[in-house]
Amino acid sequence: MPQPLLEVKDLRVSFRTEDGVVKAVDGVSFTLSPREVLGIVGESGSGKSVTMMSVLRLINDPNMLVSGEVLYKGRDLMKLGKGQMQEVRGDEIAMIFQDPMTSLNPVYRIGDQICEGILTHQDIDKPAARKRAVELLQQVGIPHAGSRVDDFPHQFSGGMRQRAMIAMALANNPDVLIADEPTTALDVTIQAQIIELIDKLKDDFDSAVVLITHDLGVVADIADRIAVMYAGRVVEFGAKRDLFYDPQHPYTWGLLGSIPRLDRPKASRLYSIEGTPPSLISPPQGCKFRPRCPHAFEKCMEEPELVSRVDKRDHLDRCWLDPATKRVTRYNTIEGGRAA
Amino acid sequence: MAVFIVRRSIGLIAVLFAITVLTFLIFFATPGVDPTRALAGRNPTPETVAAIKHQFGLDRSLPVQYLLMMKRLFISRDLVSYGNQALKVVPAITSAAPVTFSLVLGAAVIWVVFAILTGVLAVILKGTIFDPLLMILALIGISMPVFWLGEVANLVTQDRLHNTFLFHWVPPLGYTPLTSNPWQWFLHLVIPWITLSVLYIGFYARVLRANLLDVENEDYVRTARAKGLSERRVLLKHMLRTSLITFVSLFGLDFGVLVGGGALLTEVVFGLPGVGKLTYDSLVKLDLPVIMATVIYGAFFITIANALVDIVYARLDPRIRPA
Repeated sequence: MPQPLLEVKDLRVSFRTEDGVVKAVDGVSFTLSPREVLGIVGESGSGKSVTMMSVLRLINDPNMLVSGEVLYKGRDLMKLGKGQMQEVRGDEIAMIFQDPMTSLNPVYRIGDQICEGILTHQDIDKPAARKRAVELLQQVGIPHAGSRVDDFPHQFSGGMRQRAMIAMALANNPDVLIADEPTTALDVTIQAQIIELIDKLKDDFDSAVVLITHDLGVVADIADRIAVMYAGRVVEFGAKRDLFYDPQHPYTWGLLGSIPRLDRPKASRLYSIEGTPPSLISPPQGCKFRPRCPHAFEKCMEEPELVSRVDKRDHLDRCWLDPATKRVTRYNTIEGGRAA
Repeated sequence: MAVFIVRRSIGLIAVLFAITVLTFLIFFATPGVDPTRALAGRNPTPETVAAIKHQFGLDRSLPVQYLLMMKRLFISRDLVSYGNQALKVVPAITSAAPVTFSLVLGAAVIWVVFAILTGVLAVILKGTIFDPLLMILALIGISMPVFWLGEVANLVTQDRLHNTFLFHWVPPLGYTPLTSNPWQWFLHLVIPWITLSVLYIGFYARVLRANLLDVENEDYVRTARAKGLSERRVLLKHMLRTSLITFVSLFGLDFGVLVGGGALLTEVVFGLPGVGKLTYDSLVKLDLPVIMATVIYGAFFITIANALVDIVYARLDPRIRPA
């Protein structure tokens, strides 16, 4: 394993609310190597966005409690001063967000918003920054970048705005790009373009990417490794190939089973995971997926650790089921139980 | 821009027409209002009343009377007050307007500057004791009626502490035109400016703080932070500008109202012969020509102020700029 670029160790984020403490992120650990694409997959409220926002310390909630370490090139970001953290943000670790319609400031020109980030982190003058902004817009595929650079966000379509966001994020050549559901708010046709763009640019810019999504189909193309999150913790973590071809956690099976597929006999119905995500204030005892898991047994009342249970050392999961049994039982979930 | 101005001017004329007709009708529909009585003096003979009615055109039909009044107001500009025939209405307004302008303009500068400072400071100090403290201070400012505050200011600066080093510079109540002595103009207006602006500082600071806190949760503020901008830059560049939109629209209305005669209480308390005082006096005497003139003047400035607000809006927010 190469030296990790980013290492998150036992990150816990909780929010005090009137109803109790919400454990949004409950002991998440992962590493990110240079130029790697890590997919973080999970449904809404599983803690994937909160995890990555906490890495950049972008949550400004007085009721938030954070613990754990976020080591970036050996430095713990959690311990940096405000000013040092600002130097990391946008320069070494950049982030793009879910909704490009609201993520750009409506009152400033696209170009100025890109330049602002460049001028904050680089020692160059305004004309040079502007030139760079035009180049960046070209790189992300904005036609007539030289004139569109002076447009306001409302003159851009949703896809173009997300491209502009990507340009802004890559402006300082960051080592890590965090993309928080970058395609969720976009049309399906645009989604694929944006993912392809990220895939291409990560090579051009030598950046590692953390791609947060609720859609396994999105990460299927470009991720190297995938972490599946459920109820604030990682339930399965492994190389993309292992995760797709030898998934260990019943929740992962559910996610895989709920993707429509064209390469298999058509299932009469897509699989859906019964029930709703558990309360993060008083989560169920033992395995957090137990109440929704059709394969739960007595042992599941105990909390399973995230460890390797198969012959691959870096394929981790939190499930007590016997891997040999799982190969049989998961088939129905993934391939569609009532297939014709 | 030209289209904008033309459209606004047509709007202005329509507003002025509507408001003059309304004022005119209200005046004549008010029971017990008979300008002849004021004009004719005590115990007039029926002949005198008839003569005066004829002289002032009060025996004509209402539309004709309206047109006559507009003609004397705008074209011959020799409309006189019903109560005091030596008082020509148009010069009365033009001599009162600079006083009101001086008062409101100075107060507006003070209130905009201090409201922004207070609002922004409250947001910076959010989570500390100073934020609620500032807001309570603002509330106190809003709660003090301007006539009371003005009288207290007068009591302190003109009487109790006038002979101390603090307030010996405060001139007696009244007004000195800017053109005759700028320094005296300034000295006369300092206390009225502060008095008038206190209410608005409090109000605008609270509005701005609320807007800033709203904007703080916007996605683009998160983007700005993710770019690594300093908190100061995020606040002043990304949050303040969008928050100022409510501020500006309120300002336009308040400024228009005050210039249009709404600073009446301040003018009366400080003995400033402005439009507010003129309006007040004419209303007390039901003096239609003066009321009409001040109403037109007020409506004119409120409309102008609103047009200016729209221009500033467009500067602040490119989305509403005409293509």
